[in-house]
Amino acid sequence: MNIAQFLTIFISAVFLYNVILSRFLGLCSFIAISKETKPALAMSLAVCFVTTMSSIITWLIYRFLLVPFHLTYLRTISFILVIATFVQFVEMVIRKISPPLYRFFGIYLPLITVNCAVLGVAVLNIDMFFVNGKSLPGSFYYSVFQGICVGLGYTLAMLLMSGIRERLELCHVPKSLKDFPLGFIIASIMSLSFFGFNGFRF
Amino acid sequence: MKKYIAEFLKGIIKENPTFVLALGLCPTLAVSVSVINGIGMGIAATFVLLGSNIIIALLKNIIPERVRIPCYIVVIATFVTITELVMKAYSPALNRALGIYVPLIVVNCIVLGRAEAYASKHSVADSLFDGLGMGVGFTLALILISGIREFLGTGKFLGYTLIKGFEPAFIFAMPSGALLVIGLLLGFFNLLKNRKEAKAK
Repeated sequence: MNIAQFLTIFISAVFLYNVILSRFLGLCSFIAISKETKPALAMSLAVCFVTTMSSIITWLIYRFLLVPFHLTYLRTISFILVIATFVQFVEMVIRKISPPLYRFFGIYLPLITVNCAVLGVAVLNIDMFFVNGKSLPGSFYYSVFQGICVGLGYTLAMLLMSGIRERLELCHVPKSLKDFPLGFIIASIMSLSFFGFNGFRF
Repeated sequence: MKKYIAEFLKGIIKENPTFVLALGLCPTLAVSVSVINGIGMGIAATFVLLGSNIIIALLKNIIPERVRIPCYIVVIATFVTITELVMKAYSPALNRALGIYVPLIVVNCIVLGRAEAYASKHSVADSLFDGLGMGVGFTLALILISGIREFLGTGKFLGYTLIKGFEPAFIFAMPSGALLVIGLLLGFFNLLKNRKEAKAK
């Protein structure tokens, strides 16, 4: 476990392999919710929280349940169920203890269950930090950190996109390109600019 | 029989999951670097769609209304696991190329969308043809996108050079090329739709 490894994870998750612009995870929510900044921010914060927590939970499940009992082939089923349950549980807790926060998140929290970014980061952690079913030293911290960074990358792309799209409201756009198609073309240009970070490599 | 053919065909053009319903775009963009990957992903998704549609249509009277989504997810995840294991055993190269996008078929909105919107309300045979049609529509969309990207990005199609001396534009092999291609294609299909509507008036 060293600082350089953390830095590499940070840069590759936020910039190089940005979860939306390079890995294409969570694209549906990215295009659908990025029309205004406030909902975009709510969604991003919710995603950040869930990716972090699900990284912790799925690592624990994989390390202490699936590996010792040779059940690693149940990875997909167990992860998706645990994530769905967890999101449901968080929604109930937030509704109970903080109604304003619940209103802020609105429908975005339940939507996260089917957000591929969350399952994606869980699977990615396992692929990257487990070799032949054995966890690498420090893999727990790396996994959690990667969960946080993927959430940050999502937030960055989401905020940039919503800022651009708010301005586009005032422009004249060809009728056929409105909404979805234009969103993808903007995302393409953003992705190209993120590609410039490739020079960052250590 | 005619009814089944109609069920099958609607997934290919009228309700194409990618271009009309705009569902399941994440894997579409990620794996469409080459046509082979696109076809592999399409077949895997078709198998999952077919299997989950049949099982959910069979179980639709048993699954309680309130916990239906988790039940659907378990059925879908089972088929995804089967696909993953089969792919690992028979085509490890494809499995490596598709990477994390194979387990991510679970959260592909097409599969859950068809389970919720179609298979939970229709008979087994209807759902079978619906799943097959949607799967084939998805595969064709993948072939179209990956064909464009592979040709423009590397100058090849299915690994064969088509035009000698063609200077490929590398951007189409990169993630941003995928977003550009899908954006323009969606715009193109919207244009066709708008023209048709204008004509109908």
